[in-house]
Amino acid sequence: MKKNLWISIAMTVVTTVLLGLIYPLVVTGLAQMLFPHKANGQLVVKNGKVIGSKIIGQGFSGPGYFHSRPSAAGNGYDAANSGGSNLGPTNQKLLNRVKTVVASAQAANPAVSVPIDMVTTSASGLDPHITPANAEFQLSRVAKARAISVEQVQAVVSKHTEGRQFGILGEPRINVLELNLDLDRQFPVTLPKP
Amino acid sequence: MTANGWFQILLFFGLVLLVTKPLGKFITRVFSRERTLLDPVLRPLERLIYRLSWVDENHEMGWKEYCISMLLFSAISMLVLYGLERLQGFLPLNPQKFGAVNSPALAFNTAASFTTNTNWQNYAGETTMSYVTQMAGLAYHNFMSAAVGIVLAIAFIRGIARRQMKTIGNFWVDLVRCNLWVLLPVCMVGALVLVSQGVVQNLKPYDTAKLIEPIQVPRVGTDGKPILDAQGKQAMDTVTEQVIAQGPVASQEIIKEFGTNGGGFFNANSSHPFENPTPLSNMLELVAIFSLGSALTYTLGQMTGSQRHGWAVWAAMAILFFSGVAVAYWAEARGNTLLAGTDQKGSLTQPGGNMEGKEVRFGIANSALWATVTTDTSCGAINSWHDSFTPIGGLVPLANVMLSEVVFGGVGSGMYGMLVYIVIAVFIAGLMVGRTPEYLGKKIEAYDVKMAMLVVLVFPLVILVFSAISAAFNFGTSSILNPGPHGLSEILYSFTSQAGNNGSAFAGLTTNTPWYNIAGAMTMLIGRFLMIIPVLAIAGNLAEKKYVPPSLGTFPVTTPLFTVLLIGVILIIGALTFFPGLSLGPILEHLLMMAGKAF
Repeated sequence: MKKNLWISIAMTVVTTVLLGLIYPLVVTGLAQMLFPHKANGQLVVKNGKVIGSKIIGQGFSGPGYFHSRPSAAGNGYDAANSGGSNLGPTNQKLLNRVKTVVASAQAANPAVSVPIDMVTTSASGLDPHITPANAEFQLSRVAKARAISVEQVQAVVSKHTEGRQFGILGEPRINVLELNLDLDRQFPVTLPKP
Repeated sequence: MTANGWFQILLFFGLVLLVTKPLGKFITRVFSRERTLLDPVLRPLERLIYRLSWVDENHEMGWKEYCISMLLFSAISMLVLYGLERLQGFLPLNPQKFGAVNSPALAFNTAASFTTNTNWQNYAGETTMSYVTQMAGLAYHNFMSAAVGIVLAIAFIRGIARRQMKTIGNFWVDLVRCNLWVLLPVCMVGALVLVSQGVVQNLKPYDTAKLIEPIQVPRVGTDGKPILDAQGKQAMDTVTEQVIAQGPVASQEIIKEFGTNGGGFFNANSSHPFENPTPLSNMLELVAIFSLGSALTYTLGQMTGSQRHGWAVWAAMAILFFSGVAVAYWAEARGNTLLAGTDQKGSLTQPGGNMEGKEVRFGIANSALWATVTTDTSCGAINSWHDSFTPIGGLVPLANVMLSEVVFGGVGSGMYGMLVYIVIAVFIAGLMVGRTPEYLGKKIEAYDVKMAMLVVLVFPLVILVFSAISAAFNFGTSSILNPGPHGLSEILYSFTSQAGNNGSAFAGLTTNTPWYNIAGAMTMLIGRFLMIIPVLAIAGNLAEKKYVPPSLGTFPVTTPLFTVLLIGVILIIGALTFFPGLSLGPILEHLLMMAGKAF
C-alpha cells in the first residue's frame, strides 16, 4: 500500500512530464515545421492585416455579400466563444427565431421555401460554409446590390463550390469568406459605411 | 437519407473492421510483453520510467493490489489536475492570462470528469483553461484514464485466461506499456495528420482579425438578458473585430478521440473548425473513436484462445451499432416538422433535414453517425448538438449510453462492461438448461453473478435517483433551457452521460451550478469506480478457478445464438430500467411534435 502510494506520486510526475509536456511540445514543433500555415489557423491577411481565418466563419449582413448562417457563438461569430443554440426541436423560441429569419429571407424571394441551413444556427457558431442551395437563394440579391448579372455572380459561386472530399466524404459546400472576398476583388462596390 | 450518406457510414465501418485484427493482435503482444517493432525505441524509455518511479516490473499483483494501485493513482492524479486548474494563473503557457478555474466546485467537477474518462464539461475551454492546463492537465488525463480503462479490460481477460493463479498482472507495467506502445505512437502520427487537415497546433495568443464587414449584434447584459435602448428597442453594438482562439489542439484532439475521452479543447468540441476542419478529419476522428473498442474484441479472442468468441461479441456490437445509426439518420434526415416555410428536403445542393446545431460540411449523415458512435462508446465528443436533435434522433444517443456503452464501448470500459453482460447472459442460459453456467472453461458461480449484478444495478440507481431529485426540486429544474418533455430529457441525459462516463450532453441544461457540479462529480466517480471494483473482483475470482473442459451441456459462446442472446440481455436490462424515463422524455416529445405542439 505504502509502496504503491509512492509509486503513484512518482508515476504521476514522470508521466505528466512525458505525456503532458514533451508530447504536445514535440507535436507543436513538428506541426510548425511541416504545416506552419495550417497549424496557425490559416489566417487570411490583406494589406498586412489579419482579416480572418479561412476556416472560421464571419457574419455578413450587407445586401452585396453572401450571408453566413445564423450564429449562436457569443453575440454571433465570436471565435473566442464557440457554441450552438442548444434549442430543442419543440422549443417555441426556436420556432420564433426561424419564423423571423424565414420572413426576412422571403422578402427578396416571396413564397420560395428557404433552405434549412439558412435559418438554423450551426454547431460551432463558426460554420465557414453555406450549402449551394443557400447560395442560389441569395444570388439575385447579391447581383442586384452589385449591379451585375446573376450569371456573373453564379460564375463566382460555382468557382467556390467545393464538392465532397475525394468525391465521397462530407457534403457539397461554399466557403462564404472566400466567396465574398473574391466578389469584392472582381466586382468592387463602394458599400455605404455603417 | 441518401445513398451517399449510407456509403459514408459503410465506409466508416469498413475502416474500423480493417484495423480490428492488426490492432487487436498488437495489443495482445504488448500486454503479453512480447517483442514488437517499437521495442528498440520504447524499451529504454520504459525502463527509465520504472527506475524513476520505483516500479519492479517483475512483480505480479493479486486483484486487490491491482485495484488499490489503480485507485491511488487515480486519486493522486486527480488532485494534481485540481491543483493545476486552481493555480493556472501562476503558471506559464497562459497567453490569455486566465485566472484560477472558478468556483472550486467547477474545478472539482472537471477534475473528477477527466480522471474518470468522462470529460463532462461545465466550462468553455477557450474562455477558461490555460494552455498548460489543457496539455498537462486535461490531455494528460485523456491518456491516463484511457490507459486505466484498457488495462482493466486486459486484467479481466487475464482473469478468464489464467488457471488457478492468484495474480492478474502488474498495474504499473500495464499502464506504462499501454501508453508507450498503444496510445502514444498512434497519437504522434494522428495529430500530425489532423494538422495537415487544418487542426491548429500552436502556443500563441489568440489572434485578432479586422472584420471585412462590421456586424451589428444585440447588446446583452452580464446575465445574458438583452439590454433595451431609450426607445425600448433592442440596443445594438457594432463589432469590427473577431478574436480567434488558438492553442495546442491537434495533440489533444487525437487522444480525445482515440482514448474515447471526448472533452473538447473548445466549447464547440469537434464541431469547431479548428478541431475538425474537413470531412476527412471527421472520418479519421470517427475511426479513432471506435478502433480500440473494436480491436479489444480481437484481443479477447486471442488471449482466451477462442477467436470465434471474440468475433461473436464483435457481431453483437456491430448489430447494435447499425440499429442505432439507422434510427438516428432517419430521424434527422426527416427534419423538424414544426419549421414552416423552410426547405428541408435533401437534394444535390443541400443535405436538408434538421440542420439546427449541425455544420454544413458534415450535413446529416456524418452528424447522425457521430452522435451514434460517440455514445456507443464512452467518448462524448460531439460534432453537432444533441440537444437540438429531433426527439427520436436524440433518443438514440441517450439510449446508447443507457445500454452502458458496450457497443465497442469506451476503451477498455466497453470491454469489461460487455464481459459483465456476458457473465449474466451465460448465467441466464445456464438457468434455462438447469446447469451450472460456464464461460470459456470457467464455472460462473454465485459470487461472480452477484458482482456482475452489482455493476448492472449501481448504474441505473445513480442515474434515476439523481435525475428524480433534479426533476423534483427548483435547484434542478431552474437549469432547464428547453421546456416541456425536452426538459426532462436534458436532466436524464445529463446524469446518464455522467454515470456512463460519456460526457456528451443535452447542453442547454445549465450545469455550472453548485448542485450539478457536486452531484455530477459524485455520479461520475460512482459510475467509474463502483463499477471497476466488482469487475476486478470477478477477474481475481475467475483467475483462481480450475479449467473445466467443455462438455455437451456447455452453452457455446461462439455461435450466432450466443450473439442473439447477448443482445437480448443487453436490451432487456436496458429497456426494463429506462423505458419509463424514455417515454416521459423523448417519446412523449416526439408524439407531441407530430401533433404540432411546441412549448
